[in-house]
Amino acid sequence: MPKTLFDKIWDAHLVAQRADGRDLIYIDRHVLHELHAPHAFETIEKQHRPVRRPDLTFSMQDHTVATKPGRDDSTNPDGAAFLRAMREGSRKNNIRVFDLGDPEQGISHVVAPELGMVLPGATHAVPDSHASTVGGLGALAFGCGTTELAHILVTQAIAMKRPKSMRIRLDRTLGPHVTAKDVALRIIAEIGVSGARGHVVEYAGEAVRAMPIEQRMTLCNLNIEMGGRSGFVAPDDATSAWIKGRPWAPKGAMWDRALAHWRTLVSDEGATFDKEFVLDCSTLEPQITWGTDPSQVLGISGRVPDPAAAEQSRRPAVESALKYMGLQPGSTLAGLPVDRVFIGSCTNARLPDLQAAAAVVRGRHVAEGVIAMVVPGSSTVKRAAEAAGLDRVFRDAGFFWGESGCSMCAGGNGDRGEPGERCVSTTNRNFENRQGAGVRTHLVSPATAAATAIAGRITDVRQLLAGNA
Amino acid sequence: MQPFIKHTGIAVPLLQDDINTDQVAPVAAMRNLKPDYKKLLFMRARQRADGSEDPDFVLNKPQFRNPGILVTGQNFGAGSSRESAVWGMLANNIRCIVARSFADIYRENCLQNGLLPVVLRSEDAEAFEARVVAVNGSTPFTVDLETQTISGPGGPDLTFDIPAADRMRLLEGLDDIGFTLKHTDEIQVWEKRMAAAQPWLQTAVDSRQ
Repeated sequence: MPKTLFDKIWDAHLVAQRADGRDLIYIDRHVLHELHAPHAFETIEKQHRPVRRPDLTFSMQDHTVATKPGRDDSTNPDGAAFLRAMREGSRKNNIRVFDLGDPEQGISHVVAPELGMVLPGATHAVPDSHASTVGGLGALAFGCGTTELAHILVTQAIAMKRPKSMRIRLDRTLGPHVTAKDVALRIIAEIGVSGARGHVVEYAGEAVRAMPIEQRMTLCNLNIEMGGRSGFVAPDDATSAWIKGRPWAPKGAMWDRALAHWRTLVSDEGATFDKEFVLDCSTLEPQITWGTDPSQVLGISGRVPDPAAAEQSRRPAVESALKYMGLQPGSTLAGLPVDRVFIGSCTNARLPDLQAAAAVVRGRHVAEGVIAMVVPGSSTVKRAAEAAGLDRVFRDAGFFWGESGCSMCAGGNGDRGEPGERCVSTTNRNFENRQGAGVRTHLVSPATAAATAIAGRITDVRQLLAGNA
Repeated sequence: MQPFIKHTGIAVPLLQDDINTDQVAPVAAMRNLKPDYKKLLFMRARQRADGSEDPDFVLNKPQFRNPGILVTGQNFGAGSSRESAVWGMLANNIRCIVARSFADIYRENCLQNGLLPVVLRSEDAEAFEARVVAVNGSTPFTVDLETQTISGPGGPDLTFDIPAADRMRLLEGLDDIGFTLKHTDEIQVWEKRMAAAQPWLQTAVDSRQ
């Protein structure tokens, strides 16, 4: 019987079925972060249970770290206890920590792939809902809670009921300055914030094949925003070329064996999915969220909806979102003044994201009164960007250039906006109060964020570059 | 884990869809390793912009000060995987959430903590919500996991479905790690097999060292 790639990876990692009907799925790579891991370390210490595979487990300091140059534990006082507990718990359990000051520290979902730790066909778990970012390499990743994290530490397995499968086919090709971020926002707009709930999504089609690996990661990163349990892109030659030579990737004869295996990682012809969705990408324009969940999305030329025209059951949500966002029904977003622009996060802070933003910024200046910041996804990305002179481009234009971490995505490190501010952000959630109390977040691609910072107003990057904005 | 067998408490109507974990447990409330989980629950919604209590938020109303059951809409617990969004419920003695549906990770986190996630059949859900609104906190409801029923004022007992395994885990307050450790031999066998079949997955080595 033809199998989906999800079936193949799941079956290869099936250790046993528990008496309660849950499958024990082996986790090849387990990556922790300091906001949640300390509680799990405490749990297993109380239970006197050791970590089964510290050699397959990695600790990242990302959620609470300050982004100020010269930072240390005390730069964000609220984070210090988390950083210390992470360090201590990792040391006691023999887990490698990517700590403040480590040249490879960064956001877990950025670091694990760039170091070659996560590989096609591997299973991966992180106590963070954006775990499936690494699905861009063809890995099957699960976000989990803190108690599940303790379970994985002790058993190296996750106990799950097998999710259903879904395929999202992205047809045809993207226009200039239209990115994976725009595609993902459009998918969420079409299928809703729970449209993939209970499913593992395989992203397929011409547009995905044409995407560089970093964009595939952006696409898979946003899988949770449609409720998906996991999401991935089947690996291809671009995937192996991207991984080859990365420090933790297999080498020599082992590489050849791995490569031969990765070539089998496809959904078989005729495999069936529980759910399918198809999007024609050729007509897509840059997208932007107007509301307070990631399904409330417009094309950059579109108009904010009128609650009166909304489906009865959605009307209160539309009204409440408009009120929070300070928007009039029927208005355009393009042209709306902004207070803040944030380029960063596990969604959009890899090197090509920064290159795309810098290409827009080069030779221009951030509009007066706008606070604009760039926070690279990892210290490695930061160094590479600096080697290419991107930091100068951003700083000369008036951007803050920060040290790596999650920063303003969730504000866990103290980077946040002020009440009532309108913030254009390359992150993943436009929830109320997420980027600071009363902050009005619009999610966009790095190019759109850069164009908006320059113009001081929400801007179609294509028009700015054409000299029309 | 604390078992869940039966729970009686005031049912609180929060009849919105897509309530996310940023709303349930804001990051801003997690400034130390042991935050006040009781206060953290819906911290933003409980307060007005000036920091004073918002008397219009349902959990601030006198009749809902001692909640026991939360009644809510579709896709409850969307967003972040933070388990504090479950611990905040327990700290407020909310041991059961009746929702139209749950986000996947949130539901898993409930099962890990003895918080019962209930989804009623759609024909019952609407009637139950109407009863909860009508009774307005004056009389409690009882959720019984052994009989899989909700009983209380304003109508007949309602039965609900829950996968047998989830029910057993909650009734027994199962030590989930201990349960999996019964399979330690199989984990070892799997590791050995994989070390031969896909050795690059069973080792993680920095080639520069």
